Amino acid sequence: MATLRLREALRDAMAEEMRRDENVFVMGEDVGVFQGSFKVTEGLLDEFGEKRVRDTPISENTIVGMGVGAAMGGLRPIVEIMTVNFALLAMDQIVNHAAAIPYMFGGQVSVPLVVRMPGGGGHQLGPTHSHSFEAMFLQIPGLLVACPSTPADAKGLLKAAIRDDNPVIFIEHETLYGLRGEVPEGDDEVVDFGEAAIRREGSDVTIVGILRMAETAQQAAQTLANEHGVEAEVIDPRTLRPLDLDTILESVRKTNRTVIVEEGWPHGGVGTNLAALIQGQAFDHLDAPIERVTGADVPMPYSKRMEQAAIPHAEHVVSAALQTLEGSLQ
Amino acid sequence: MAQSKTKTARGVSESPDGTGKAAAKPKLPDEATSRELLGLMVLIRRFEEEAGRQYQRAKAGGFLHLAIGEEATIVGTTSVMRDDDYLIGTYRTHGHAIARGTHPGRVMAELFGRVDGTSGGRGGSMHIFDLEHRFMGGYGIVGGNLPLAAGLALSSDYLGTDEVTVCMFGDGASNSGNFGETMNLAALWSLPVVFLVENNLYGMGTAVERHSAVTDLSQKADGLGVPGVRVDGMDVIAVRETVTEHIRIAREERRPTLIEAFTYRYRGHSAADPEVYREKKEVEEWQRKDPIESFAAQLIKEKILSEEDVQEIRDEAEETVTAAVEFADNSPEPPLDSLYDHLYVLGDQVPGWYGVDERSPDSHPAEEERRAGERARRLAEHGAAYAAPEAQALREAEGDQPDTAPEDVH
Repeated sequence: MATLRLREALRDAMAEEMRRDENVFVMGEDVGVFQGSFKVTEGLLDEFGEKRVRDTPISENTIVGMGVGAAMGGLRPIVEIMTVNFALLAMDQIVNHAAAIPYMFGGQVSVPLVVRMPGGGGHQLGPTHSHSFEAMFLQIPGLLVACPSTPADAKGLLKAAIRDDNPVIFIEHETLYGLRGEVPEGDDEVVDFGEAAIRREGSDVTIVGILRMAETAQQAAQTLANEHGVEAEVIDPRTLRPLDLDTILESVRKTNRTVIVEEGWPHGGVGTNLAALIQGQAFDHLDAPIERVTGADVPMPYSKRMEQAAIPHAEHVVSAALQTLEGSLQ
Repeated sequence: MAQSKTKTARGVSESPDGTGKAAAKPKLPDEATSRELLGLMVLIRRFEEEAGRQYQRAKAGGFLHLAIGEEATIVGTTSVMRDDDYLIGTYRTHGHAIARGTHPGRVMAELFGRVDGTSGGRGGSMHIFDLEHRFMGGYGIVGGNLPLAAGLALSSDYLGTDEVTVCMFGDGASNSGNFGETMNLAALWSLPVVFLVENNLYGMGTAVERHSAVTDLSQKADGLGVPGVRVDGMDVIAVRETVTEHIRIAREERRPTLIEAFTYRYRGHSAADPEVYREKKEVEEWQRKDPIESFAAQLIKEKILSEEDVQEIRDEAEETVTAAVEFADNSPEPPLDSLYDHLYVLGDQVPGWYGVDERSPDSHPAEEERRAGERARRLAEHGAAYAAPEAQALREAEGDQPDTAPEDVH
């Protein structure tokens, strides 16, 4: 085990996979000389050179499209998009091309492409650099969607993503880049997609949290235990496609109560989708309506005070959990 | 009209001393080549006419974009490409695939939405694709294929091959953001790609002078590092010569160029086009310089082919197209249990995918998918290349027994 920051874990994943397979390369805005706008690609240019660490112009749709074309031509590109909001400029290539090509051409080609992007609020970057678009990507058949919350998962999932033959949207959280954690060492320490992590076991309520909200959910669980005698089970799905619904359902069948927490918007969100799946398949096990805790339904405001008000915090998750337990607490 | 300004890069290509002095008027090719060029153009014409007829009979659905009138641009280009070069186009590309060697029956079957279609009925007219012949698609998004072309060229360059990518698109695509972004990147990274704008004078129903401030499209990428030339896209020999030279520039000099080929589609933008934006007279004027009739007349005049030869070529095309329709008619509809095939590549590092299919009253499909993933892994361990049908067969053979724990895979 090594203790790494999440950004270092991501870099190590790329470096290891680039050493393992010379067809893996990185391209994006300022990934080379500048070392990445969040320093995730630090040192890669020195080790691998300009052929494999390629600075691009500000042309998101074309960068992603070139990644798709290069993947069709036999390479395994990792495209970095500077901020999740900029990925909207590349939605044509992501949706109409990367996701659709394997299907619409009857499986003649695959698109082994990884598109990495950081999102989320907390740095006062305002309404065009701080959003959470997991739900938008989750909706698209043909894509895999990863959203790691720990350094170990960041590394293991990114390695799995690079090795996978499907197009992967890899969503990182800006405020987690500095998070330290234990990371298993070894080239083949991959984290398979579609396997949720149970971060904390509990019997009273299931809390599902993604990205930074997996952390927030654990803080809330601690408060619930300390102050309310409630044992919450915290699940981090780690990937949204494939989704390990089985682990979530198993937990819900045990606790009979569910809270879903995400930073994204409330309408058509990850929680909306998950709530539908849970009620569809574990309706008889639910003792209370499913609670969702989401970001506020506004473009992310700049003011620190307003931004913090627009992001879910542990106290919101605690109240939501207590809401599901209303009437059953001693 | 703009096509009167037509010129080619012939001077550069045919100047042995490298002075770029203009060379003599291009000679017609030998009999075998002439026969092949004319044969392909006639075949594409007949195929497109028949596709239009089948569309009216509702055998083909959706939109149908026919390339009648544009055959010389297509065939002139593909005839000078190597087998390992990539060709990529937009959505008027039945002919491009056929010219690359795709069986016309498979293209027709795709229009009919049948299993033997190039995409097994998942793509339709706008999304023809044939990896075997390196026809890298038909795409429904105008300009969306340009970044893909640059990416294919990047892969060739990265892998150290001397393959070239030829990217064909319409005049309308020259206004898309992708055009500027891709030209800049292709030039910046010295990619071996030839961009060819098939200027048929209309972006759907909007005439080029009404959609592009700069109507000399060959110059439109010059400021982005991609120089261009114009060529008469109705003249198969002129197209051949120009494309030959530009492929050479891409292959040997490692730099992208742009060719603007003037061509014309006789039919509407799609089958649903009332053609209110142009005069019948204009269509007739272009038809007088029809790429097939003018080439055939030249060949007969120069005694390279006889009138009988030309008739034979027409008869052959007729037979091929009749057989293509028969092939498509006899091809079955895609089975509905293949609806999810090819959506994901299963196996390897990802054990399976979880479909989110809420229409099913059964248990969540995730469970099935996970098992399929495990079986795929075992299949792979036994040396079989994984494909969905094999997994299905294995599932049946095993009587759908529960799986072993996933721990045994690492």
